[in-house]
Amino acid sequence: MTPTELEPILPVVTEDNGHYWRSAREHALKLPFCVSCDAAFYPPQSRCPRCLGDGVEWRPVSGRAKVYTWVIVHQVYDRSFADRVPYVVATVELEEGPRLITNVVNCDPDAVRADMPVRIVYNDVTDEVALVQFEPDGSH
Amino acid sequence: MNKSLRGKYAIVGIGNTRYGKVPGTSAISHNVDAIAMAIQDSGIPKSEVDAVLTKAPSSDFQMLWSAKVSQSLGIVPRVTATLDQAGASNIGLIGYAIMCMEMGMCTTAVISYGDNPVTGKRAFYNRPRGEEAAYGFFGAPLAYAMAARRHMVEFGTTSEQLGHVAVNARHNASMNPNAQFQNPITLEEHQASRFVAEPFHLLDCCPVSDGGAAIVITSAERAQDLKQKPVYVLGLGQGHPAWDLQHRETMTTSGARVSGEMAFAMAGLGPTEMQFAQLYDCFTIVPLITLEDYGFCKKGEGGPFVSSGSIELGGAIPLNTSGGLLGETGMPGMQLVLEGVRQIRGQCGPRQVNDASVGIVSGQGGIMTTHATMIIGDRP
Repeated sequence: MTPTELEPILPVVTEDNGHYWRSAREHALKLPFCVSCDAAFYPPQSRCPRCLGDGVEWRPVSGRAKVYTWVIVHQVYDRSFADRVPYVVATVELEEGPRLITNVVNCDPDAVRADMPVRIVYNDVTDEVALVQFEPDGSH
Repeated sequence: MNKSLRGKYAIVGIGNTRYGKVPGTSAISHNVDAIAMAIQDSGIPKSEVDAVLTKAPSSDFQMLWSAKVSQSLGIVPRVTATLDQAGASNIGLIGYAIMCMEMGMCTTAVISYGDNPVTGKRAFYNRPRGEEAAYGFFGAPLAYAMAARRHMVEFGTTSEQLGHVAVNARHNASMNPNAQFQNPITLEEHQASRFVAEPFHLLDCCPVSDGGAAIVITSAERAQDLKQKPVYVLGLGQGHPAWDLQHRETMTTSGARVSGEMAFAMAGLGPTEMQFAQLYDCFTIVPLITLEDYGFCKKGEGGPFVSSGSIELGGAIPLNTSGGLLGETGMPGMQLVLEGVRQIRGQCGPRQVNDASVGIVSGQGGIMTTHATMIIGDRP
């Protein structure tokens, strides 16, 4: 095993998602909103997928979300996750509407439930990249 | 739907290679072997084949794939194309072939899929998916498990119910000499198999397999004096949720609902008239959702339905009589078309459905991203 195989997998930053990952790095996540129909959308792109309006504005999100569905991963698909199994990968629905694929952390995997309130927690995996994860939100 | 095309075209030849781990055979050779056997099975001269249609190999997507296959077949086609609807492509191509024949562009088409993801390149099957890989979201099992979990949340579906789909597939595979898995499994063995991504156990997942399968399709008129009993295409449908799973309005209804309605309308038939179902089963949750969406049971009742014996040979709707992806081979879909044809011909031996005269076949791909449906029968 070479050291590179243990390095974290990092998101690929593209023309469309640069704002997203920069805002995550600053621990103040923003999403693209359509200035015509006011809908938030994800993944980021040049036009609103609902009304095809081309006016896009990046606005901060509340960080509050609910678990929509989840899996508990036992198989090691990539060696960088070997010491993480079993871990939770979830689809969470942000208060603003869009759903994200993410991890639910700081929680027993067997305690995750549908509609469970969660809140954003940033995981600085490198100096340049913070992952957007979620933890149980006891304030609800 | 245009009902006038019902029964106008027929599948007249089928061919398939050995399935499983087949070292030393290229993806091209799997296609050519299967097509050669299908042409031979049909009795149609190779010189009459004027269309070559392929589903791209999953493990190593290549430009102009069908042109390469044509060269290896020694055929200069009037029509050739490769379709990208993932596991729905095989049935999608049957529709494309019919459209081209209807336009007079060609008269007889071969349609094939062949790949060697086990002994060739298989990186595709575990490749990280976009930004989500950073969160440890890899490959198809996790995504389908997300949909299965949501089905459990909405309808109370259980892992044991999913297990009945796997047990049925492996039981049927044990009666199929060409199936990759010859040994049946019990529900207890399903439950005891290791977790891959909860709620999925290993035995909820199909294998990755080498192999090829192909068909020959031509007009009903030309089909009359060939070697095999013609198997008529009575209905076709498509419906594609298309968006990434997490962005869809629902994870528990697939493209099968729209696609099935379309195919039943063209055929002028309904679920109660089907005598078998060969439904895409890359993971146990998929045929369960497809049975619901096609109307074999109500939405949400797939779990109790698959546990009731209805899907077994002798039940209301025998499911995946060859073993499907879970038991026969993990190939993305063409094997289901072949088994449907064999059932109508009455060639299935111990797993034959009595007097099978009409049945339904599904294809789907991605993460329930695409869906296609075909209804076939023994008369036009």
